[in-house]
Amino acid sequence: MAVFEVPVLSIKNLNKQYGPGCSQCKGGESAYLVKNYCQVCGTVYACRDVSFDVFPGEVLGIVGESGSGKSTLMQCLYFDQEVSAGEAYLADYENGMKNLFQESSQQQRYIRNHVMGKVYQNPILGLKMNFSSIGNIAENLIAAGSRDVGMMEGKGTALLNKVNIPVHRRKEAPKNFSGGMQQRVQIAKALSNNPPLLLLDEVTTGLDLSVQASVLDLIKNLQRELNISIVLVSHDLGVIRMLADRTLVMLEGKVIEQGLTDQILEDPQHPYTQQLVHSLL
Amino acid sequence: METLLEIRDLSKTFELHNLGKQIHAVSSVGISLREGEFVGITGKSGSGKSTILKCIYGTYRIQHGSIWYHSKRFGKINLAQASEREMLYLRKHEIGYVSQFLSAMPRTTARQLVQQAIVEMGEDQEFAAEETEKILAHFELDEELWDSYPATFSGGEKLRLNIARAMVKKPRLLLLDEPTASLDHDSKLKVRELIEQLMKQGTTMLGIFHDLEFMNNLCDREYNMQNGVFSHAATFTNS
Repeated sequence: MAVFEVPVLSIKNLNKQYGPGCSQCKGGESAYLVKNYCQVCGTVYACRDVSFDVFPGEVLGIVGESGSGKSTLMQCLYFDQEVSAGEAYLADYENGMKNLFQESSQQQRYIRNHVMGKVYQNPILGLKMNFSSIGNIAENLIAAGSRDVGMMEGKGTALLNKVNIPVHRRKEAPKNFSGGMQQRVQIAKALSNNPPLLLLDEVTTGLDLSVQASVLDLIKNLQRELNISIVLVSHDLGVIRMLADRTLVMLEGKVIEQGLTDQILEDPQHPYTQQLVHSLL
Repeated sequence: METLLEIRDLSKTFELHNLGKQIHAVSSVGISLREGEFVGITGKSGSGKSTILKCIYGTYRIQHGSIWYHSKRFGKINLAQASEREMLYLRKHEIGYVSQFLSAMPRTTARQLVQQAIVEMGEDQEFAAEETEKILAHFELDEELWDSYPATFSGGEKLRLNIARAMVKKPRLLLLDEPTASLDHDSKLKVRELIEQLMKQGTTMLGIFHDLEFMNNLCDREYNMQNGVFSHAATFTNS
């Protein structure tokens, strides 16, 4: 059957290793590897041959234990880390014809500013804590070429309003805010240039339950309203169940299983996924 | 009438790695449904009834056999091999699933739930809002409940909302997974009425029911399941 949709983001054979690798662990498959760590040379194979597609308007969940390579993968996608090998294509960049990982750093900056938004688990990585909240958003708008202060002020206010930050606190710095508010400012910032793709890395981890709920509701509503595609990393299966249409399960740097979220939760195939699902309270 | 769904030689085994066990839920099952038919499956709990529905809906992955579905969008498609995205499309537009449990986004009101289902079909908000009120009233859901969270509803109310949400999508194929379990007699009758309405609209349905009494004079045909296989198939005439 002909393919009936074109993916927004296509990742092919992404590899990321920390360390040079040695003759014993070449290619990341060897008896000398403990999990994804080489005992001989100390190389860590953080992502091994990761491939997946993200389709328009969908939420793709990525689950896995700590150290399974989820965050490294997200860092690679946002060019925070350089990949060791692999390809990435965005439909909204050069018609999906150019491998993003081989573009110049200048072009990668352009992609970060125009075609992708990212929200980090740790707000310090995503926000300038001493800038005003609206200034944080303006920073992104300026990076994408805006120079009209009035427009930026208006857009910033609208975005903060959308993520339920009271208008009168828009000039306050995020360092004064609670964790949940900081995450919401980060989300507003990530959305500032209307990216078709949003990367969310453990955005609700460490927030208390009611605040977590408000951030999750916000994400769901934004996704519905803007029909944005989202890659959502979480080790919390509850979050994945609530938001993700499809889910990848990662272990030791590899994608060991993927499927519809209800498939992963109700009919897990891999021993690790079964253990994970059965650990749900 | 054309065949809408044809299951051939379907088997489903659960491999439980951590317990070192295999569970054979369904073996070599075959069913075929013509358009507009209402077919029932009965059997003891644990006999594999729900497994069949979940295989059709794609919640369970299928190792053996095929499920041919006549899709409006894709033509004849084997659900056992459909891609994840194709399955999501079909769930959104063609195949509905109703169980006794309401799976809803937390903190979403009854009204939002139904409205979102309509918007998902590509309708605009205004039309969806109107349609939602019509449907909620039609299902005799107390108006006071429209703007509250379904988590606080009674079993019968949840179920009616569940069916309402499935119905607004006007699915071509509706899978009913014991929709009347744990309901009192009056609520059961209400669900029965709804099913009759769906039949009149020409919705093809495959349903699982515990109580024979409830479905006997409703189904076009009925299968009985025992230990993962059909023991016999009987045909009923619609009353």
